[in-house]
Amino acid sequence: MTASVLYDIPGPVTRRRTAISTAVAGVALAGLIVLVLVQLGEKGQLEADKWGPIFSPFNQYFVAVWTALGIGLVNTITAAALTLVFALAIGTLLAVARLSSTKAYRWFVVTVIELLRGLPVVITIYFASRVLPEIGISLAPLWYLVIGLTAYNCVIIAEILRSGVAAVPRGQSEAALAVGLTRLQTLRMILLPQAFRIMLPALISQLVVIVKDTSLGFVIFGFSDFVRAANTVIQYFAGRLGINLALQMYVAVALVFILINYGLGKLAEFVQRRLARGRRTAAPPQREVPVDAEVGAP
Amino acid sequence: MDALVNEFPRYVEGFFGTLRISLFAAVGALMIGTLLAGFRVSPVPPLRWVGTAWVTVFRNSPLAVMLFVFAFALPLAGVTFPTLGGNAFFWPGVSALVCYTAAFVCEAVRSGINSVPPGQAEAARAVGLTFQQTLGAVVLPQALRTVVPPLGSVIIAMIKNSAIVGAFGVTGELFSVDAANTAIGYSALSSLTGVAIAYLCITIPAGLALGAIERRIEVKR
Repeated sequence: MTASVLYDIPGPVTRRRTAISTAVAGVALAGLIVLVLVQLGEKGQLEADKWGPIFSPFNQYFVAVWTALGIGLVNTITAAALTLVFALAIGTLLAVARLSSTKAYRWFVVTVIELLRGLPVVITIYFASRVLPEIGISLAPLWYLVIGLTAYNCVIIAEILRSGVAAVPRGQSEAALAVGLTRLQTLRMILLPQAFRIMLPALISQLVVIVKDTSLGFVIFGFSDFVRAANTVIQYFAGRLGINLALQMYVAVALVFILINYGLGKLAEFVQRRLARGRRTAAPPQREVPVDAEVGAP
Repeated sequence: MDALVNEFPRYVEGFFGTLRISLFAAVGALMIGTLLAGFRVSPVPPLRWVGTAWVTVFRNSPLAVMLFVFAFALPLAGVTFPTLGGNAFFWPGVSALVCYTAAFVCEAVRSGINSVPPGQAEAARAVGLTFQQTLGAVVLPQALRTVVPPLGSVIIAMIKNSAIVGAFGVTGELFSVDAANTAIGYSALSSLTGVAIAYLCITIPAGLALGAIERRIEVKR
């Protein structure tokens, strides 16, 4: 408990007070849950024919609904995976360019990084989907999403890698230069491999941001991602069967995203613990990652 | 660029629209987020559960999905939002943005409290300070300093996220400027370049200001 250092070990009076507050808060929480359920029941949102098509494998529509959602989910995951690959590649190049180049050239790289970092990712996606066709580059809608996401995430990854390189102990690059490696060789063979290792948890957290951002595909006309597939199913049920599934469907969509991202978050924590145990020689990163790896975007 | 020059008043209106949404959302998110952080460090388990559940749900689901939930799912459960100036999406949009950002505010505040070395509070207690004095004079002043930089990035990220609220259909902010421009025949390139520049006019100065504050209040440990 974090608060425990703020006061002494609780005596009988405090313990009783805590027990009473726990009971009161517990009752209030239970009451709130009951209230929500009653409200949902009154509005007819708890009926089986609304939850069944999404959550019950025995429902006649279950397979069809999840086939439609599955196609969207595959598109979403494909976009996230492609973005990760491109953003890692371009981000590494940007980091190398920023770390190894001459002053004038570096100024250019820094400007690009700062400009792209300052833009909302939904704007870069929308920009790609509107402007590229306008100047004659017509691609499948998935690629607009990948390009927009990559434009934003490659600079974030470049910044993560840069702070990773800064966290590698100085002795490493000094030793590398002393045995006669060039600056670029030092970066490629000594610093970057260690920077990737140090920053692996931050990179995984950024993957969570990318997965969440794929849902912004809804601004691209004609792209069937997971969220769009969910909306199509909602429209189908409302139009053909007269059942409004919106609440249940968005709960399901949110649950899928939460499961994926919670898993990735746990993976990042696990990797962090493993690295903390495995690395004895290198110093920990000097400071927090100066980029919004955690809060970058939705 | 011609859209930005010719339709400058519309961009200015959108600029302030974005700032207005951000202001509403920032106030709400800071209040709820701080409250949630209090929940998460409290000795009362049910409160801790509420804080943890909130953070887990809102941090791991996309803002776009939360917008759909607030705009289309909650009304089905009887939770309706008032319209603002004929815009039905304003309050659902701002509410979703508040709830989403509050989760990140909560984590920033909580890690700030955690970052104060335990020795500080122990030493304060050892010299005889009471709980209020320990918290008020020793722990919180140090926690606030570590909290400001991450809170600043959370708020800047939130300003950028307000574009998603705009993409969703809230008019009168920067993203919606593009629809109005395209309707009267401007190319997407010229219209959206203006939108991008306007966002940079907010985020880059905000980032520089945050950097300056960060350097001023940096604690040498």
